[in-house]
This record gives sequence, structure tokens and C-alpha cells, in this order.
Amino acid sequence: MKTNPIHRRWLLGAAAGLALGLAAIPAKAQDTIKVGILHSLSGTMAISETTLKDVMLMLIEEQNKKGGLLGKKLEAVVVDPASNWPLFAEKARELISKDKVSAVFGCWTSVSRKSVLPVFKELNSILFYPVQYEGEESERNVFYTGAAPNQQAIPAVDYLMKEEKVQRWVLAGTDYVYPRTTNKILEAYLKSKGVAQADIMINYTPFGHSDWQTIVADIKKFGSAGKKTAVVSTINGDANVPFYKELGNQGVKAKDIPVVAFSVGEEELAGIDTKPLLGHLAAWNYFESIKDAKNSEFIAKWKAFTKNPKRVTNDPMEAHVIGFAMWVAAVEKVKSTDPDKVIDALPGIKAPNLTGGVSEMLPNHHITKPVFIGEVRADGQFDVVWKTSGLVPGDAWSKELPESKDLVGDWVGKKCGNWNTKTNKCGS
Amino acid sequence: MSMVRNRAFALVIACGLFLIAGLASSQNASAQNYESALAGFAADSYGDTETAIGAVAASGNPLAAQVIDALQNGNLLFNTDSKKVYFKDSSGALIDAATGKPAAGISAAGLQAVRVNNRLRRSIDAALGGLTLLSPDPVKRMDAAKAVYKSREVAAMKALDAAIAKETDQRIKRALVEARAAVVLNNPEAANPEKLDAVAIIRERGDQDARSLLAGAANDGSDEVKRAAASGVAAIDARLELWSAAQNAWYGLSLGSVLLLAAIGLAITFGVMGVINMAHGEMVMLGAYTTFAVQEIIRAHNPALFDYSLVIAVPLAFIAAGSVGILIERTVIRFLYGRPLETLLATWGLSLIIQQAVRTYFGPTNKDVGAPSWMSGAFEVGGLTVTYNRLWIICFTLAVFVALLAVLRMTRLGLEMRAVTQNRTMAASMGIKTARIDALTFGLGSGVAGIAGVALSQIDNVSPNLGQGYIIDSFMVVVFGGVGNLWGTLVGAFTLGIANKFLEPYAGAVLGKIFILILIILFIQKRPRGLFALKGRAVES
Repeated sequence: MKTNPIHRRWLLGAAAGLALGLAAIPAKAQDTIKVGILHSLSGTMAISETTLKDVMLMLIEEQNKKGGLLGKKLEAVVVDPASNWPLFAEKARELISKDKVSAVFGCWTSVSRKSVLPVFKELNSILFYPVQYEGEESERNVFYTGAAPNQQAIPAVDYLMKEEKVQRWVLAGTDYVYPRTTNKILEAYLKSKGVAQADIMINYTPFGHSDWQTIVADIKKFGSAGKKTAVVSTINGDANVPFYKELGNQGVKAKDIPVVAFSVGEEELAGIDTKPLLGHLAAWNYFESIKDAKNSEFIAKWKAFTKNPKRVTNDPMEAHVIGFAMWVAAVEKVKSTDPDKVIDALPGIKAPNLTGGVSEMLPNHHITKPVFIGEVRADGQFDVVWKTSGLVPGDAWSKELPESKDLVGDWVGKKCGNWNTKTNKCGS
Repeated sequence: MSMVRNRAFALVIACGLFLIAGLASSQNASAQNYESALAGFAADSYGDTETAIGAVAASGNPLAAQVIDALQNGNLLFNTDSKKVYFKDSSGALIDAATGKPAAGISAAGLQAVRVNNRLRRSIDAALGGLTLLSPDPVKRMDAAKAVYKSREVAAMKALDAAIAKETDQRIKRALVEARAAVVLNNPEAANPEKLDAVAIIRERGDQDARSLLAGAANDGSDEVKRAAASGVAAIDARLELWSAAQNAWYGLSLGSVLLLAAIGLAITFGVMGVINMAHGEMVMLGAYTTFAVQEIIRAHNPALFDYSLVIAVPLAFIAAGSVGILIERTVIRFLYGRPLETLLATWGLSLIIQQAVRTYFGPTNKDVGAPSWMSGAFEVGGLTVTYNRLWIICFTLAVFVALLAVLRMTRLGLEMRAVTQNRTMAASMGIKTARIDALTFGLGSGVAGIAGVALSQIDNVSPNLGQGYIIDSFMVVVFGGVGNLWGTLVGAFTLGIANKFLEPYAGAVLGKIFILILIILFIQKRPRGLFALKGRAVES
């Protein structure tokens, strides 16, 4: 059956008008702008994600004190996806269709992000994702405020190579998508720098692995080949505490075999006695110990908000601070919370980060961030021993992997998340 | 004649004066060197600190060792405005680093500690090693020898030779000779025969550090040295290969003891009573949180007791988890005897409730449970590293096992427990209050799980999820060992632990675990009742 194109356009217009009219009725009735918070408050991931829910509540409360947004109060809608990946998708749908939130701040693991992606595409909403991740993704509805591999993993390896003269590498990770992809990128990068296959050891462990005796012994053995050895750890979540305890007990000192971690921050160290870990490293875009007026103000506010002087701040929290500020600025710029308008307005928006710089949202929906390498101190904080001279723009697609080196994300010019610069086509 | 003598005398005096003046001026220069070197610490830059370490160590100032030692321990402080440097001595008193005199009227609170990174830590070790080789304290000399062995600083050669000549303690002398060999191997100007001797000495040492050193030497130097070093590496490898079997067995024992500890409570509630208790892991978690609470109280009120915190926590964890167990039995499980599916669901629900309650009360983040000093660190037996915490856990597990066995065999409660589980009606007609025994048995199983939590807090996270990680393993052990038999649980746990650790080096942690599960499935097909099947009427019912 053939439809008259003019006819079709008319129909479409009418439908759009109707939809707008329908949408206008509840819009009049409501006098708040709703913001969805999609972080696990129970289950395995609660340990990390609960903090992010709290920081979002703090940011929203603060914005309301300043008079809200577009003359309306902000209202937080908190749901608990309970560390259950399919439940993330269900809860995202509930937030967008039932609660009509204007944007969602949430997810931690890559699995949960992948599980909500189709929902955000289908219902056309906005997700701010605050955690460092494996890259290889650029979606129209998602804004990645955490680090891409070139903003964390690659600089960390560079640091070890230059400053510590490391020649042998152990890539240890938990067995899931983020460590696997990151290690693939790192392996390609190390080989491009002339590291031989025999000098790279890759090791994966299950989630929540608690018996590290064999692996730590293997690391010591691998490190006794007469070349400076380092461990690059993408070990995630609960497995870190027993790993570091075993390192400490078996006497693996940072000055002999340093461990640089991408998922261990202030929050994770709060559960360990850090004295045996002195000098082990972490790479992040933010450390609580960085001296900056904005940072000390944030830390003070956070301690007051949680009524706990011992609460620490960490990198994903800063990512939410930046993401929220960018969203507020974009909404104010277009004077609307309409997802399409906000998505188009976000690239180019700038917001100060907490370490003295100004981050910018890029056309590939990633942001510019400084990279810091910190050494563990005895008090569970980090001493920054190295940082990039400026802000590093996030690469959605890794330049180290053959399958993605020609791809770029560009939602401004090309309106495409995986534009191939070789074939000049959208899609790989 | 007299005139000549006079003149000579005058000359001597003049010479002497000149010498003294020279000495004084050189002493002055060294003092100035030392003081200007100290200023490097106040610059708050890693590069300046590194230069300062070298300069202070070379200044020969008697304070140098103390200053660098303070730097290592984070006790070297400086004033950000006046750039003056101070250090805290062992008693905690503040000393002016330039003069060595107590710094009166200055409080440490206004000072900033000199920061160090890994590279500086290595420089500190090297400098301190060179400075303390002749220390009167044998412990310090030993540390110094080890530090020089690690740093291989060619500059330390002279001090090493002097120290070796003076040393009387054989162990320290050996360490010094090894350190000297390491330095020789690192010195490109050392002669060939000397290097070959050094290779022989290091080869005899035979551990991983020695292997690392020889592997480095096998890469450069003359062909002869290269060959000797390579053969040394091969010899050490062969030796370490032998030890690796012992190491796997030890790791297996220690993993087995953790499995046994986690499963032993379940062997009572599931094995003896037949209750599928999914909340078992949460009892372990409650035990771990009890340890945390005990440590918090000790930290706040009596830090001197910290080393005993675990000993105090054991009975408290037993009582805490045991009473929760009795409460669960009285309120939920007793209505569900003989209905395994409902029990499974109800206890699973309970486990979620307990987890979330703990999460709400203590917060979702990990809690820091410290290790008492007698549980930290490791010692070496040949090529085997034995960590104290694992060693203690093995001993503790066996003690718990023996105690539990004794309770079941030798006490009236144990007798009644066995009677009730073997034949409830008969036991009831003999006048045993079966309901009371059920509650106590469940309480005992839960209490033992709580004790396990105290030990597990030393090697794992103390978080609300702690128990979840152990529940599957615990069931695996109990089913594999044979339901209802404590000995079966013991053998099952150690078998699984050792099998896992021998598989892991070849298959990796992920595949190793999968293999173990497949083996258990096959085994259960062959022997559905596990390793040690109970025989008799109780089983048939």
C-alpha cells in the first residue's frame, strides 16, 4: 500500500500536536522537574552506588536552595534496581514512563548500562553515567561523565613506563566486560610500545574472588625475572579487599612491585588497613586529597549532608557533580527539559570540575578530564604523584584496537555515534 | 742548632695550626653541606627531596641516619613559611634537624610532613642501608644488609667491605656477603672472576630475589658470567618448582580450612537437622560485624587491648549469631519442619532481611577490621611463604572442629541432639524436650557460623554481602562430604580446597572453579550421599 507523502506529513503533524497537547496538561499540573536516580541500594553493588544516590540528593537539594530550575523545584525520584541487571531496565522504564523524569543519573557496572540502553533509546530520555568504563560506545541518549580508557588506563601505563621504568606487566582483572576490554586495549598499547608477549601476564578472577594466595604468588614469581614488574589491576568491587590483604601479608611492597588500580578509590580503601599498602597506585580524574577551593567546599558540604565527618569523597561522585551541573546549564540554555533540545544543547557546555579545571561536554558525549596518579597514604587517602598538564578529551572509541581505531562519535556534525572516518559512513 | 730546632718547631706548629684550620673549615663545609641539603626537604618537590637524601647521606653528619629514618617513617616535618626542618624522635619529641637539639616552643601541628613516593622510598632504603651497615644494633645491620642487597648501590662497596670485616654474627655476615655479591653484579667495572664468585653466592641463596638478580645478570656482562648466571637461574627454577608443589598443598590446606570454617555450622543446621538454611551466610556475616563492633569499642576505650580483640570477639560472635539463630528457629523454622521447599524460601527471605538490616544500620560500605600484630606478615620456610593469618585460621578451624565434635560426643546436649535427629518420636517418648533441642541445635550451628565470621573478617570484606560469597561453597562442602557427618565435612572441605589449588595454576581461577563444580556433579552422580554416607534407618526415613 502506498501512502501519499503529504498525507503522511499531515497525519504526523496532527499526531505530534495531539501528543504535545496531551503532554501539556500534566505539565501544567506539575510544578516540579523530576530527576531520576537509578543506583542500587541493595545487593552487591550497593557498596558503591548508595554513595552516588546520596550525592545526587545533595546536589538536588542544593539546586533547590538556589531557587530550583526554570523557576520550578527539582524533585528526586529514587528507585532501587537492587544490583539486578534486568531490573535496571524495568526501573529505568518506570522512571521515564511512569514518573516522567527529565533526566536519569545512574548505573555503575557496564552490564547495567547496557541493559538500560534500549529503554533510553526507545523512550528517548537522557542518562548520565558517572563511572570509568571500557569505552567502545557513544550513544545519543547517554552522557559519559566517567573516564574513557584514554583518560585513565593509558596515562597510568605511561606513568609506570616512564617514571618507574616498568618492563613486565601483570594485567589482573575481574572476569567481565570492563576488565576484558580494558586489558585488550592495554595489551595492544603495550605491544605498540615494544613490550614482548612473554612480558605480559593476563589473569582473570570471578566476581567476589576471596582466595588470592595462588595469584599473588604467581605475581611474585612473574616479578622475579630481573625486570621491573608492575600490576595493572582492573579487579572490581568486593574482591579488592582480600587481594590487597594478601599482597600486604605476602610482603609485596609498592617499591618492588607496584599495583596500579582503576577501580580502587577512597571509598574502597575505607575498608582496609592501608599501612601495608603504602605507595600502591591508583589512577583517577579526582582525588579527595587534591587541594582546591572548590574541592574543600564540596568535601565540607558532603560531610555536613551525610552528618558523618568520616565520609570520604571519590571520583564517580565528582563525575555526578560535573554531569549535574552540565545538565542544569543545558536546561537553562534551552529553557526546557525536552530531551531532544537538551541532548542537542549539551555538547559544548562547560562546567568546573573539583580539581581546578573546567570540563567540557564533547560531541561524542564524553567529557574532558585531567588525569591524576595517586599513591596510597597511611590514612587511606592518595598523594598525587603525577598529573596530566591539561585536560584530556575522552575517546569514545579506542585508537589502540584495530576494530575501532577509525571510529569517532559525533552527535553534533554527523549525528552518529560510530562514524567511520575511513569510509565516511555511519556505522562500522 | 737551636735555631734550626726552633724553626722546625715553628713549622710544626704552623702546620698543626693550618691543619686544624683546614679541618675546621672542612667541618664547616660539611655542616654547611648538611644544612643546605636539609633545605631540599622543605621544597615540597620529589626531585629536591631525592637530591636532599643523597646529599644528607653523603654529608657524614651524625644526624643523617636519624633524619633519613624519620623521613622513611613520615616523621620528618617542615615549616612551610620558615622552611626549617624538624624530625620526631622515637619518643615523639620534636628535634631541630639542623642542630639535633630539641625544638622548644614549636608544635608539630603547624608543620607539614615531607612527602615521599615509591622512587624516594627506594632511595631512602639505599641511603639508610649505607648509613646503618655499622650500626651497633644487629637488627638494624641486618635490615641495612637487606637494603643494600635490594639497592645494589655501587657506592656502598667500601662500607660493605668494612662491615664484613667487622661482623661477628654469622647470619648478618651471610647477608652482607650476599649484598656485596649483588653490588658486584651491578658494577659494570667489576672483574670477571669476582663476578663469577658473586653469581655462585647468589645462586646458593636460591630464592625468588636471587632468581630475579641472576636473571638480570644473565642479560649483560661477559659470556662467561652470562652462562653462569643462566645456569644459576635454571638451578633456582628447578628448586622452586619442587617447592611449588608444597606451596599448592599449603594453599589448598588454607583454602580448605576457610571452606571448613564456613561450612561447619551448616554441617549442623543442614547436615544434622536437615534444615536448608539459606541464611547461614548471614550468620557468618553477623559474626564478622560483631568483630568489627568489638574492635570499634576497643579502639575507642582501650587501644592497648587491640591485640586481644579477636579473642574477645569469638565468644561474643557465638552468642550474637547463636541467639539470632534461636530466634529464627523459634519464630520461623519450627513451623516448617519437613517442608524443605518452604524452608528454603523462608530462610532465603530471612537472609535478605538480615542483609538489608545490617546495610541500613552499619551502612553499605566495607568496615575496616584490623589485624592484630600476631596475625600480620609472613615467614619463609624454604621456598614457601607462610602468612600468619592463614596459619592461625587453620589452627583455629581445627580447634573449632574438635570442640564441636566433643560437644556432640561427650555432652548431654550432644547426646540429646543426636537422639532427636535420629529418631524424633523415640527421643520424645524418652522424655527429651525435642522443641528445646531443636532450638539449641540450630543456635549451636548458627553460633559456630558466627565464630567463622570472626576468622573470615581477617581475610575478606566485612560488608553486608560477606555471607553470600560463602553460602554456595558451604553447601557444596556439606553435600560433597556427606550430609550428617562432621568428618565428611572435614575431609570434603580439605579435598575441595587442595583440588582447587592444584587446578588453579593450570586452569586459572575461573576455569578452576568450573572444573571443581563439574567434578562434584560427576561425583554426586556416582555417590549421591557424598563421601561419607550415613547408614541406618535415619537415612531411609
